[in-house]
Amino acid sequence: MTARRLALLALLSVLAPGPGSAADARPGKDFLSPHLRELQDDDMRNPGTLWLELGAERWIEKPPSNGKSCRDCHGEVASMKGVAARYPAVDKETGGLLNLELRIEQCRTRRQNAPAFGYESESLLALTAYVAGQSRGLPMTVAIDGPAKPHFEAGRDFYTRRQGQLNLACAQCHVGLVGKRLRGDTVSSGVGTGFPAYRMEWNGLGSLHRRFRACSFAVRATLHEPGSPEYLTLELYLAWRARGLPIETPAVRP
Amino acid sequence: MAQMRIRVPKTAKPGEVVEIRTLAMHPMVRGGRNDATGVVTPRRIINTFRAVYGGEEIFRMDLSQGIATNPYIAFTTVARETGDILFEWHEDGGAVFAKTVRLIVQ
Repeated sequence: MTARRLALLALLSVLAPGPGSAADARPGKDFLSPHLRELQDDDMRNPGTLWLELGAERWIEKPPSNGKSCRDCHGEVASMKGVAARYPAVDKETGGLLNLELRIEQCRTRRQNAPAFGYESESLLALTAYVAGQSRGLPMTVAIDGPAKPHFEAGRDFYTRRQGQLNLACAQCHVGLVGKRLRGDTVSSGVGTGFPAYRMEWNGLGSLHRRFRACSFAVRATLHEPGSPEYLTLELYLAWRARGLPIETPAVRP
Repeated sequence: MAQMRIRVPKTAKPGEVVEIRTLAMHPMVRGGRNDATGVVTPRRIINTFRAVYGGEEIFRMDLSQGIATNPYIAFTTVARETGDILFEWHEDGGAVFAKTVRLIVQ
Protein backbone atom coordinates (compact mmCIF):
# COMPACT_ATOMS: atom_id res chain seq x y z
CA MET A 1 0.00 0.00 0.00
CA THR A 2 1.45 3.36 -0.96
CA ALA A 3 2.03 6.06 1.60
CA ARG A 4 -0.50 8.23 -0.21
CA ARG A 5 -3.21 5.62 0.08
CA LEU A 6 -2.39 5.13 3.75
CA ALA A 7 -2.74 8.85 4.33
CA LEU A 8 -6.09 8.83 2.53
CA LEU A 9 -7.32 5.97 4.69
CA ALA A 10 -6.23 7.77 7.83
CA LEU A 11 -8.10 10.87 6.71
CA LEU A 12 -11.23 8.89 5.89
CA SER A 13 -11.25 7.26 9.28
CA VAL A 14 -11.03 10.70 10.85
CA LEU A 15 -13.81 12.13 8.68
CA ALA A 16 -16.26 9.32 9.27
CA PRO A 17 -16.40 8.67 12.99
CA GLY A 18 -18.44 5.54 13.40
CA PRO A 19 -20.56 4.69 16.43
CA GLY A 20 -17.54 3.33 18.27
CA SER A 21 -15.32 6.39 18.03
CA ALA A 22 -17.29 8.49 20.49
CA ALA A 23 -16.27 6.16 23.26
CA ASP A 24 -12.85 7.73 22.89
CA ALA A 25 -14.17 11.17 23.78
CA ARG A 26 -12.69 12.34 27.05
CA PRO A 27 -14.15 14.87 29.50
CA GLY A 28 -13.11 18.49 29.02
CA LYS A 29 -11.53 18.44 32.46
CA ASP A 30 -8.86 15.99 31.24
CA PHE A 31 -7.35 18.65 29.02
CA LEU A 32 -7.03 21.36 31.66
CA SER A 33 -3.76 22.34 33.27
CA PRO A 34 -3.50 21.10 36.88
CA HIS A 35 -3.98 24.68 38.01
CA LEU A 36 -7.24 25.19 36.12
CA ARG A 37 -8.53 21.78 37.16
CA GLU A 38 -7.98 22.74 40.75
CA LEU A 39 -9.82 26.01 40.14
CA GLN A 40 -12.78 24.18 38.61
CA ASP A 41 -13.02 21.63 41.41
CA ASP A 42 -12.88 24.15 44.24
CA ASP A 43 -16.46 25.35 44.72
CA MET A 44 -15.28 28.46 46.46
CA ARG A 45 -12.65 29.54 43.96
CA ASN A 46 -14.43 28.55 40.74
CA PRO A 47 -15.60 31.94 39.43
CA GLY A 48 -18.49 30.26 37.58
CA THR A 49 -20.18 29.76 40.94
CA LEU A 50 -20.87 33.50 41.06
CA TRP A 51 -23.33 32.97 38.24
CA LEU A 52 -24.98 30.12 40.13
CA GLU A 53 -25.87 32.60 42.85
CA LEU A 54 -27.25 34.94 40.21
CA GLY A 55 -29.24 32.02 38.80
CA ALA A 56 -30.62 31.24 42.26
CA GLU A 57 -31.96 34.79 42.41
CA ARG A 58 -33.61 34.44 39.00
CA TRP A 59 -35.14 31.10 40.02
CA ILE A 60 -37.25 32.69 42.75
CA GLU A 61 -37.83 36.04 41.04
CA LYS A 62 -41.47 36.68 40.11
CA PRO A 63 -41.86 38.37 36.72
CA PRO A 64 -44.45 41.19 36.75
CA SER A 65 -46.41 39.58 33.90
CA ASN A 66 -48.12 36.75 35.78
CA GLY A 67 -46.17 36.75 39.03
CA LYS A 68 -45.08 33.11 38.79
CA SER A 69 -41.43 32.35 39.45
CA CYS A 70 -39.61 29.22 38.28
CA ARG A 71 -39.95 27.89 41.81
CA ASP A 72 -43.73 28.36 41.88
CA CYS A 73 -44.12 25.62 39.24
CA HIS A 74 -40.95 23.53 39.53
CA GLY A 75 -40.43 23.68 43.29
CA GLU A 76 -36.91 23.70 44.64
CA VAL A 77 -34.17 23.64 42.04
CA ALA A 78 -33.12 20.13 43.10
CA SER A 79 -36.06 18.93 40.97
CA MET A 80 -33.93 19.90 37.95
CA LYS A 81 -31.37 17.21 38.73
CA GLY A 82 -30.68 15.14 35.63
CA VAL A 83 -32.47 17.50 33.25
CA ALA A 84 -29.32 18.87 31.63
CA ALA A 85 -28.17 15.33 30.83
CA ARG A 86 -31.16 14.91 28.46
CA TYR A 87 -30.70 18.12 26.45
CA PRO A 88 -30.80 19.07 23.59
CA ALA A 89 -34.16 17.37 23.10
CA VAL A 90 -37.07 17.61 20.68
CA ASP A 91 -39.93 19.74 21.95
CA LYS A 92 -43.15 17.71 21.87
CA GLU A 93 -45.33 20.73 21.12
CA THR A 94 -43.43 22.27 18.22
CA GLY A 95 -41.27 19.38 17.00
CA GLY A 96 -38.23 21.66 17.05
CA LEU A 97 -34.92 20.92 18.75
CA LEU A 98 -34.36 22.81 21.99
CA ASN A 99 -31.30 23.05 24.19
CA LEU A 100 -31.47 24.04 27.83
CA GLU A 101 -31.15 27.76 27.09
CA LEU A 102 -33.98 27.74 24.56
CA ARG A 103 -36.16 25.58 26.81
CA ILE A 104 -35.79 28.14 29.58
CA GLU A 105 -36.54 30.96 27.14
CA GLN A 106 -39.63 29.08 25.95
CA CYS A 107 -40.79 28.58 29.52
CA ARG A 108 -40.26 32.26 30.16
CA THR A 109 -42.15 33.56 27.14
CA ARG A 110 -44.96 30.99 27.11
CA ARG A 111 -45.57 30.11 30.72
CA GLN A 112 -44.38 33.26 32.48
CA ASN A 113 -45.55 35.56 29.66
CA ALA A 114 -42.40 37.57 30.24
CA PRO A 115 -40.05 39.02 27.61
CA ALA A 116 -37.25 36.65 26.59
CA PHE A 117 -33.90 37.20 28.31
CA GLY A 118 -31.91 37.01 25.06
CA TYR A 119 -29.53 34.19 24.21
CA GLU A 120 -26.20 35.40 25.61
CA SER A 121 -27.71 37.56 28.37
CA GLU A 122 -26.34 37.36 31.89
CA SER A 123 -29.71 36.23 33.27
CA LEU A 124 -30.16 33.36 30.82
CA LEU A 125 -26.56 32.21 31.29
CA ALA A 126 -26.97 32.31 35.05
CA LEU A 127 -30.27 30.45 35.04
CA THR A 128 -28.96 27.83 32.58
CA ALA A 129 -25.84 27.29 34.66
CA TYR A 130 -27.94 27.06 37.81
CA VAL A 131 -30.24 24.42 36.30
CA ALA A 132 -27.42 22.50 34.57
CA GLY A 133 -25.29 22.68 37.72
CA GLN A 134 -27.87 20.49 39.48
CA SER A 135 -26.75 17.64 37.22
CA ARG A 136 -23.05 18.11 37.96
CA GLY A 137 -21.33 14.72 37.82
CA LEU A 138 -24.24 12.93 36.14
CA PRO A 139 -23.59 11.18 32.81
CA MET A 140 -24.93 12.60 29.54
CA THR A 141 -27.78 10.56 28.03
CA VAL A 142 -29.44 12.31 25.11
CA ALA A 143 -31.98 10.60 22.86
CA ILE A 144 -30.98 10.42 19.20
CA ASP A 145 -33.73 8.13 17.92
CA GLY A 146 -37.30 8.86 16.84
CA PRO A 147 -37.98 12.57 16.28
CA ALA A 148 -34.39 13.47 17.21
CA LYS A 149 -32.90 11.33 14.44
CA PRO A 150 -32.94 13.91 11.61
CA HIS A 151 -31.44 16.52 13.94
CA PHE A 152 -28.75 14.09 15.01
CA GLU A 153 -27.87 13.29 11.40
CA ALA A 154 -27.70 16.98 10.54
CA GLY A 155 -25.39 17.50 13.48
CA ARG A 156 -23.15 14.63 12.45
CA ASP A 157 -23.05 16.06 8.95
CA PHE A 158 -22.01 19.45 10.32
CA TYR A 159 -19.33 17.82 12.47
CA THR A 160 -17.74 15.85 9.65
CA ARG A 161 -18.10 18.38 6.82
CA ARG A 162 -15.09 20.45 5.86
CA GLN A 163 -15.89 24.12 6.09
CA GLY A 164 -14.41 27.58 6.07
CA GLN A 165 -11.39 29.07 4.36
CA LEU A 166 -9.13 26.64 6.22
CA ASN A 167 -11.26 23.79 4.90
CA LEU A 168 -11.40 21.92 8.18
CA ALA A 169 -14.04 19.66 9.67
CA CYS A 170 -14.66 19.63 13.43
CA ALA A 171 -13.69 15.94 13.48
CA GLN A 172 -10.25 16.53 12.00
CA CYS A 173 -9.10 18.26 15.18
CA HIS A 174 -11.50 17.01 17.83
CA VAL A 175 -11.22 13.34 16.86
CA GLY A 176 -7.97 13.21 14.94
CA LEU A 177 -5.69 15.55 16.86
CA VAL A 178 -6.96 15.21 20.43
CA GLY A 179 -4.32 15.93 23.04
CA LYS A 180 -2.02 17.72 20.59
CA ARG A 181 -1.16 21.39 20.90
CA LEU A 182 -2.75 24.14 18.90
CA ARG A 183 -0.40 26.99 19.73
CA GLY A 184 -1.02 27.58 23.44
CA ASP A 185 -4.08 25.33 23.73
CA THR A 186 -4.52 21.60 24.00
CA VAL A 187 -6.96 20.21 21.45
CA SER A 188 -9.77 18.59 23.45
CA SER A 189 -12.37 16.03 22.46
CA GLY A 190 -14.66 19.01 22.05
CA VAL A 191 -17.56 17.81 24.15
CA GLY A 192 -19.73 20.58 25.55
CA THR A 193 -20.42 19.06 28.95
CA GLY A 194 -18.99 21.99 30.93
CA PHE A 195 -21.09 24.77 29.45
CA PRO A 196 -22.15 27.40 30.28
CA ALA A 197 -18.51 27.62 31.29
CA TYR A 198 -16.21 30.26 32.74
CA ARG A 199 -13.62 30.86 30.09
CA MET A 200 -10.45 32.67 31.06
CA GLU A 201 -10.33 34.23 27.61
CA TRP A 202 -13.79 35.76 28.18
CA ASN A 203 -13.27 36.67 31.82
CA GLY A 204 -16.80 35.47 32.28
CA LEU A 205 -19.44 32.83 31.74
CA GLY A 206 -20.44 32.00 28.17
CA SER A 207 -22.65 29.57 26.32
CA LEU A 208 -21.58 26.60 24.21
CA HIS A 209 -22.84 28.39 21.10
CA ARG A 210 -20.57 31.32 21.83
CA ARG A 211 -17.74 28.79 21.97
CA PHE A 212 -18.88 27.32 18.65
CA ARG A 213 -18.66 30.78 17.12
CA ALA A 214 -15.06 31.08 18.28
CA CYS A 215 -14.30 27.74 16.59
CA SER A 216 -16.13 28.76 13.39
CA PHE A 217 -14.19 32.02 13.40
CA ALA A 218 -10.90 30.18 13.86
CA VAL A 219 -11.42 28.10 10.72
CA ARG A 220 -12.83 31.17 8.94
CA ALA A 221 -16.23 29.56 8.37
CA THR A 222 -19.72 31.05 8.59
CA LEU A 223 -20.53 32.30 12.08
CA HIS A 224 -24.01 31.09 12.91
CA GLU A 225 -26.22 32.85 15.41
CA PRO A 226 -26.37 31.42 18.93
CA GLY A 227 -29.48 29.23 19.03
CA SER A 228 -29.40 28.65 15.26
CA PRO A 229 -30.42 25.21 13.89
CA GLU A 230 -26.83 24.54 12.77
CA TYR A 231 -25.40 24.94 16.25
CA LEU A 232 -28.37 23.19 17.91
CA THR A 233 -27.93 20.05 15.83
CA LEU A 234 -24.18 20.20 16.45
CA GLU A 235 -24.86 20.47 20.18
CA LEU A 236 -27.03 17.34 19.96
CA TYR A 237 -24.29 15.46 18.13
CA LEU A 238 -21.70 16.52 20.69
CA ALA A 239 -24.00 15.52 23.54
CA TRP A 240 -24.24 12.08 21.97
CA ARG A 241 -20.47 11.93 21.58
CA ALA A 242 -20.28 12.81 25.28
CA ARG A 243 -22.67 10.06 26.34
CA GLY A 244 -21.61 8.65 29.68
CA LEU A 245 -19.30 11.60 30.40
CA PRO A 246 -20.06 13.69 33.49
CA ILE A 247 -21.58 17.16 33.35
CA GLU A 248 -19.07 19.73 34.65
CA THR A 249 -21.15 22.93 34.61
CA PRO A 250 -19.98 25.49 35.58
CA ALA A 251 -16.62 24.38 34.20
CA VAL A 252 -13.47 26.46 33.89
CA ARG A 253 -11.91 26.59 30.43
CA PRO A 254 -8.73 28.33 29.24
CA MET B 1 -20.85 44.30 41.09
CA ALA B 2 -23.52 41.78 41.26
CA GLN B 3 -22.41 38.99 43.53
CA MET B 4 -20.15 38.29 46.47
CA ARG B 5 -19.56 34.86 47.93
CA ILE B 6 -18.16 34.32 51.41
CA ARG B 7 -17.37 31.09 53.16
CA VAL B 8 -16.60 30.78 56.87
CA PRO B 9 -16.61 27.50 58.82
CA LYS B 10 -20.05 26.47 60.13
CA THR B 11 -18.77 26.57 63.68
CA ALA B 12 -15.42 27.23 65.34
CA LYS B 13 -13.91 26.63 68.76
CA PRO B 14 -12.70 29.62 70.80
CA GLY B 15 -9.11 30.39 69.86
CA GLU B 16 -9.26 28.33 66.69
CA VAL B 17 -7.62 29.68 63.55
CA VAL B 18 -10.31 29.78 60.85
CA GLU B 19 -9.93 30.31 57.14
CA ILE B 20 -12.25 32.85 55.52
CA ARG B 21 -12.64 32.77 51.76
CA THR B 22 -14.29 35.37 49.55
CA LEU B 23 -15.01 35.65 45.85
CA ALA B 24 -16.41 38.81 44.30
CA MET B 25 -17.85 39.42 40.86
CA HIS B 26 -16.12 42.50 39.50
CA PRO B 27 -14.70 43.41 36.06
CA MET B 28 -11.60 45.14 37.57
CA VAL B 29 -11.39 47.60 34.69
CA ARG B 30 -7.78 48.78 34.65
CA GLY B 31 -8.65 51.88 32.62
CA GLY B 32 -6.66 53.71 29.98
CA ARG B 33 -8.32 51.93 27.10
CA ASN B 34 -10.48 53.62 24.50
CA ASP B 35 -14.11 52.60 24.34
CA ALA B 36 -16.06 52.35 21.07
CA THR B 37 -16.45 56.14 20.85
CA GLY B 38 -12.77 56.86 21.43
CA VAL B 39 -13.20 58.03 25.00
CA VAL B 40 -10.58 56.77 27.45
CA THR B 41 -12.26 54.64 30.11
CA PRO B 42 -11.36 55.53 33.69
CA ARG B 43 -9.98 52.94 36.07
CA ARG B 44 -12.72 51.10 37.96
CA ILE B 45 -11.36 48.42 40.25
CA ILE B 46 -11.92 47.24 43.79
CA ASN B 47 -9.21 49.30 45.45
CA THR B 48 -9.71 48.16 49.05
CA PHE B 49 -11.08 45.09 50.74
CA ARG B 50 -11.61 44.95 54.49
CA ALA B 51 -13.19 42.72 57.10
CA VAL B 52 -14.47 43.83 60.50
CA TYR B 53 -15.12 41.28 63.28
CA GLY B 54 -16.49 42.33 66.67
CA GLY B 55 -15.96 46.03 65.86
CA GLU B 56 -12.30 45.48 65.05
CA GLU B 57 -10.69 45.45 61.62
CA ILE B 58 -9.14 42.01 61.21
CA PHE B 59 -8.07 42.18 57.57
CA ARG B 60 -7.39 44.90 55.05
CA MET B 61 -6.00 44.67 51.56
CA ASP B 62 -5.19 47.29 48.94
CA LEU B 63 -5.76 45.97 45.43
CA SER B 64 -4.08 47.21 42.26
CA GLN B 65 -5.13 47.12 38.63
CA GLY B 66 -2.81 44.15 38.16
CA ILE B 67 -5.33 41.91 39.90
CA ALA B 68 -7.60 39.91 37.61
CA THR B 69 -11.34 39.99 37.14
CA ASN B 70 -13.48 38.46 39.94
CA PRO B 71 -10.92 38.73 42.75
CA TYR B 72 -10.65 35.80 45.18
CA ILE B 73 -9.34 36.73 48.62
CA ALA B 74 -8.71 34.27 51.45
CA PHE B 75 -7.26 34.96 54.87
CA THR B 76 -7.22 33.51 58.36
CA THR B 77 -8.30 34.90 61.70
CA VAL B 78 -8.69 33.69 65.26
CA ALA B 79 -12.25 32.86 66.32
CA ARG B 80 -13.01 34.68 69.57
CA GLU B 81 -16.75 34.82 70.12
CA THR B 82 -19.92 34.42 68.10
CA GLY B 83 -20.45 37.54 66.06
CA ASP B 84 -20.98 39.13 62.68
CA ILE B 85 -18.10 39.65 60.31
CA LEU B 86 -18.62 42.60 57.99
CA PHE B 87 -16.94 42.44 54.58
CA GLU B 88 -16.52 45.54 52.44
CA TRP B 89 -15.33 45.93 48.87
CA HIS B 90 -14.52 49.55 48.02
CA GLU B 91 -14.73 50.45 44.36
CA ASP B 92 -13.08 53.40 42.58
CA GLY B 93 -15.54 56.27 42.64
CA GLY B 94 -16.61 55.59 46.19
CA ALA B 95 -19.13 52.76 45.86
CA VAL B 96 -18.96 50.24 48.71
CA PHE B 97 -20.37 46.72 48.50
CA ALA B 98 -20.90 45.13 51.87
CA LYS B 99 -22.00 41.76 53.15
CA THR B 100 -22.24 40.33 56.65
CA VAL B 101 -21.73 36.72 57.68
CA ARG B 102 -22.14 35.30 61.18
CA LEU B 103 -19.34 33.24 62.70
CA ILE B 104 -20.59 30.88 65.40
CA VAL B 105 -18.04 30.10 68.12
CA GLN B 106 -18.89 27.36 70.57
